[in-house]
Amino acid sequence: MCLAVPGKVIERFETNGMMMGKMDFDGITKNICLAYIPDIQIGEYALVHVGFAIEKLDEKSALESLELFRNMGFLEEELGETVSS
Amino acid sequence: MKYLQEFRDPELARNILSEIRAATTRPWAIMEVCGGQTHSIIRHGIDQLLPENIELIHGPGCPVCVTPLDMIDKALAIAAETNVIFCSFGDMLRVPGSEKDLFRVKSEGGDVRTVYSPLDALKIARENPEKEVVFFGIGFETTAPANAMAVFQAKQQNITNFSMLVSHVLVPPAIAAIMDSPTNRVQGFLAAGHVCSVMGYAQYPPLVEKYRVPIVVTGFEPVDVLEGIRRVVVQLENGRAEIENGYKRVVNFDGNIPAQTMLAEVFKTTDSAWRGIGIIPNSGWRLNEKYRAFDAEAKFEVSGIKTVESPLCRSGEVLQGMIKPHECECFGKNCTPRKPLGATMVSSEGACAAYYNYGRLAQIAQRSV
Ligand code: SF4
Repeated sequence: MCLAVPGKVIERFETNGMMMGKMDFDGITKNICLAYIPDIQIGEYALVHVGFAIEKLDEKSALESLELFRNMGFLEEELGETVSS
Repeated sequence: MKYLQEFRDPELARNILSEIRAATTRPWAIMEVCGGQTHSIIRHGIDQLLPENIELIHGPGCPVCVTPLDMIDKALAIAAETNVIFCSFGDMLRVPGSEKDLFRVKSEGGDVRTVYSPLDALKIARENPEKEVVFFGIGFETTAPANAMAVFQAKQQNITNFSMLVSHVLVPPAIAAIMDSPTNRVQGFLAAGHVCSVMGYAQYPPLVEKYRVPIVVTGFEPVDVLEGIRRVVVQLENGRAEIENGYKRVVNFDGNIPAQTMLAEVFKTTDSAWRGIGIIPNSGWRLNEKYRAFDAEAKFEVSGIKTVESPLCRSGEVLQGMIKPHECECFGKNCTPRKPLGATMVSSEGACAAYYNYGRLAQIAQRSV
């Protein structure tokens, strides 16, 4: 549970003074806190852990690890939902 | 090499493996301190692809597994209180306390909820002002910034019915404790990549120098793990002990500064107990005085807890690399992920559960036939 899953920022907004974003993880979208990488832009990828983006990632590595996450069944575990394969 | 096809880049994996083979002239013991790496190693059979004289020791890298028993018991006591909504990451629910687990508390009527993020718990608190909402804030440095933010926001927004039971552990002091142990066999470390994405790796050069031990920042994907091992082996064979970053696409030296600033605002270091290992100095975080009002331990008087660890469980020895999971008599018999005796059998990142899930016992039995 210390793993971080790559996702793509598709929206940016503020809640209670916190920079937030809607992010897409292989079809699942979630609201994610962007306060720790506030300069991330729409279309960029970041590693996300328990609802927080912690580091930017280039698109190629992001897509590759997403695929691996899916195959290893980590995606469901990390995003706390059931992902249909 | 039936596993290799499953690698994202089998060719690259094969090359790294042959480099490891060519470099290895002597036996070496290498520890990974990341549950994700442990999972990846067992799932992809990396330990079985390596030359026989390279041993991987699965260290205390799973936060669910090392959360101390008295913290679990406190969580159980708080979760059982009538006015409480107890929120936790899902993998904590089956962790055995002295007498029961959170699932049991839930089935006995406790309001125990699984959340994805600590911010979800904060939302529940906002929506249920008449209840006390407690979040079980566990984890390594990767998770801590999220938990810190939830507490910070609770104070900012004056959400007084929110509190956190904090049990955070830190990787570098654990590495020091392992090296200080008189029974230590570890000669090189893979440092957890995602922990370093938050903290950077400035904390490692002093460890490398003091203990003359190679440390390589390593990702968790199979090829990353192989590359980390290769770098450690090359250092060991050449008598070098350095810090190397084998996970450059994610980790830089300084780490995430905004996250570290928030951590310093909300937490301070404390001696912490690690389940199965014992107290390690300065190896954990607790809430700063300023945030005491959000400390569940201060809010709820849960004293008089007497912890009883299963006398059968040998997870301490597993976590320190003294035995492999299948060498425990209970493994797969009276201890399984559905009915775990020890915490290392709970999370898929715990060594016992990883061995169990990927049928290690069966494979080992098969090979010895
Ligand atoms: S197999 Fe079960 S009882 Fe044995 S060490 Fe692992 S968790 Fe403990």
